[in-house]
Amino acid sequence: MAVAEGAVRPAKASWFYDARVRAVVYQVVMAGSVVFFFAWLTNNTLANLEQRGISSGFEFLNHPAGFGITFSLIEVSEASPYKRVFLVGVLNTLFVSAIGVVLATLLGFTLGVMRLSKNFIISRLAAVYLETFRNVPLLLQMLFWYTGVMLAFPTVRDAIIISDNVYLSIRGLNYPSIVPEPGFMAIPIAFVVGIVATIIMRKLVKRRRDATGQDFPTVWVGIGLVVGLPVLAALVTGLPWSRDIPELRGFNFRGGSVVIPEFMALLLALSMYTAAFIGEIVRAGIQAVSHGQSEAAHALGVKPSTTLRLVIIPQAMRIIIPPLISQYLNLVKNSSLAPVIGYQEITHLWAGTVLNQSGQALECMAMIMATYCVISLSISGIMNWYNARVALVER
Amino acid sequence: MSQIDYGETQAVFTPRPDLPPPAATVGVLGWVRANLVPNWFNAVITLVGLGVIYYIVSGLLTWAVFDAHFAGNSRQACKPNVNIVMDKVATTGILPDGTTLQLETTAARVAVPEGVSPNVRWERRIEPRPQRVAGGRYARVAVEEDHIIEGACWVFIFVRFDQFIYGFYPKDERWRPTVVIGVGLLLIFYMLTDGLPHRGRVAMFLLLPFPVIAYFMFSGGVLGLEYVSNDKWGGLLLTIIISSVAITGALPLGIALALGRRSVMPIIRWFCIVVIEFFRSVPMITILFMAMVVLPLFLPPGTVFDQLLRVLIGVTIFIAAYTAEVVRGGLQALPKGQYEAADALGLGYFKMMRLIILPQALRIMIPAIVSLFIGIFKDTTLVQIVGLNDLLTMMQLGVADAEWTGLSKEGYVVCGLIFFLFCFSMSRYSMYLERKLHTGH
Repeated sequence: MAVAEGAVRPAKASWFYDARVRAVVYQVVMAGSVVFFFAWLTNNTLANLEQRGISSGFEFLNHPAGFGITFSLIEVSEASPYKRVFLVGVLNTLFVSAIGVVLATLLGFTLGVMRLSKNFIISRLAAVYLETFRNVPLLLQMLFWYTGVMLAFPTVRDAIIISDNVYLSIRGLNYPSIVPEPGFMAIPIAFVVGIVATIIMRKLVKRRRDATGQDFPTVWVGIGLVVGLPVLAALVTGLPWSRDIPELRGFNFRGGSVVIPEFMALLLALSMYTAAFIGEIVRAGIQAVSHGQSEAAHALGVKPSTTLRLVIIPQAMRIIIPPLISQYLNLVKNSSLAPVIGYQEITHLWAGTVLNQSGQALECMAMIMATYCVISLSISGIMNWYNARVALVER
Repeated sequence: MSQIDYGETQAVFTPRPDLPPPAATVGVLGWVRANLVPNWFNAVITLVGLGVIYYIVSGLLTWAVFDAHFAGNSRQACKPNVNIVMDKVATTGILPDGTTLQLETTAARVAVPEGVSPNVRWERRIEPRPQRVAGGRYARVAVEEDHIIEGACWVFIFVRFDQFIYGFYPKDERWRPTVVIGVGLLLIFYMLTDGLPHRGRVAMFLLLPFPVIAYFMFSGGVLGLEYVSNDKWGGLLLTIIISSVAITGALPLGIALALGRRSVMPIIRWFCIVVIEFFRSVPMITILFMAMVVLPLFLPPGTVFDQLLRVLIGVTIFIAAYTAEVVRGGLQALPKGQYEAADALGLGYFKMMRLIILPQALRIMIPAIVSLFIGIFKDTTLVQIVGLNDLLTMMQLGVADAEWTGLSKEGYVVCGLIFFLFCFSMSRYSMYLERKLHTGH
């Protein structure tokens, strides 16, 4: 009772120790230094540009580039403006990455499953592959595929004949191209219809299976639809195409289509390197599914193949997909090593040729980085969306 | 009470020795049955696998050992021998002037002329036992490429090995990097071995004074050591320098970025998020280009900036973003109770991090950091794009030398092997650590 009221109250802390005050101070200091830093950079840059007589801006995008491009998905010539060249670069990056992702996934899943095989020889073979390709730098592998394999093929005159009108030489893989004739569009349309029909069928089959337990060979019928419908369409429209056959004229092939050796080397290196990482991810993912899951399925009398398809894989995929997508991301980023072997994708064209030619270092680097940022952020956006969708709902 | 008298007939259980398991389930035979030929499908796969192994191993051994050249010190020592197997068409031919050509032997072992690289079209260059026929012409024999026995030329590697390791570092001064890297490796092993005293102090020594000492040992110019400018550093030495500087610099930077990303202060958090996500979403090669062409623009006019230093700064910041994500993983793995306990003890933020959180989080992170280091080690090969002579570049320079032209296969194999040895042993170590750290749970 005798204690004075003031003594029980904690002493009022000095504002110096107030966490809120400190947070504000820290952040103001932080923001201030960032602003100051960027102002300093801008100031230096402007001074440097003035000293070197470089005019900044994106005006140069409209000037003609004036150099040829060996590989492009769209029409491009020496008279095309720089912005067209930029588009070519982005498309080339996306093209090699997309095919690389597909190949790496196929090879990676095969390797992952092989690694888990009970067969000693097979699992060891896969292990040797995984360890070798994971532990050797990608750049070295790329150079090996390019100078050691692609450039070691015979010259055009002695090209290896793979099959009818398909030639493999130091100039790449020449093969007959298909020239569409009227009615050709029916085939891609049939292909799309096949895919849509398969998706609908899968939904219906799942609904029926959930309700009645009756199963249906979805996979085989699906393959039949996706492959069969286009074939049927081709037959009905009377094979509406003609072939443009490569012929040896002078020092190179004329006609037909060609896969250039730079592209093949880049694609092989990227997909075989990434496949090693994917194989490891797949192995870990399948092993992470508890053994009790497959035992429970066996106890219920589910066939081993069905167990794999309906019990193991769906659970393993939840673990596999996030690291798998970050491997895809790595593949896209690694395609930027192409300048070393001369495949003309965005880094080669933009940070190499165009930067040197136009002298617009800042603009060029900014455009490249922005491109990669957009690609990467969209892929990780997809990953976050998927993660949210399949995440286990926990209590 | 009648008692049953079993008498002498009482059966006594005398266990007989267990029968051995069926011969087909144990030992070598059992292992083969269970692992190689459990059913006909697997038997076929096993056979195919053995075929693949035979094909690869026999090809590799023939090239790398049986037909390889080990002795000597110049290209002359590596002249491949050519087995020419001539069929009837090749042995007899009618030359343009009408004379019939008949070669004496059907199999000849002929040395290839000097300066012939494996990539040339043999059938045009090789004139085995040139036979003068009517009209002063030489007979030409087609040689199929399959018949060229072309072993590895390890002489090239032996002659150039010092350059692969040290780059253009002066010959008489090479003991300096050797000593520094040897001592560094010893200290790292000491630090990583369990149960030795003063491991923390060794770690501190490695982190702070050691890089400074190493720098002066490499570049010299003090204590009577000859000055070696850093454009002469190269080979495996440069690869190790870049990767170790990058990881040493990236660790503190990455920890700071990760803590900033988890901070409650919005400006600091967003700044860290932007930095981390930006550097993670662009490829390393663009960072190197930035360091080469854009960084000079960012600095006050007239600043002269060392090329190696520019690359080191770029790579360190790049790796720091990845380190930050590893650290974040480690921080998230700690139970929340640890933070709450530290708060309850009245520890401030920095004390909490230094004494409670980071020591535990860093322990969990070691395997991930080792994997990260493996990645950096492999990625240092990219510095050739901005003109530094790392291991891979030294190999390429060697192959580009006119004397050793066409030996890229040997170069790639040795280069790959060196990288493999480093990366593989590190990844084994990280797996071992992972297993060790898991036992506690």
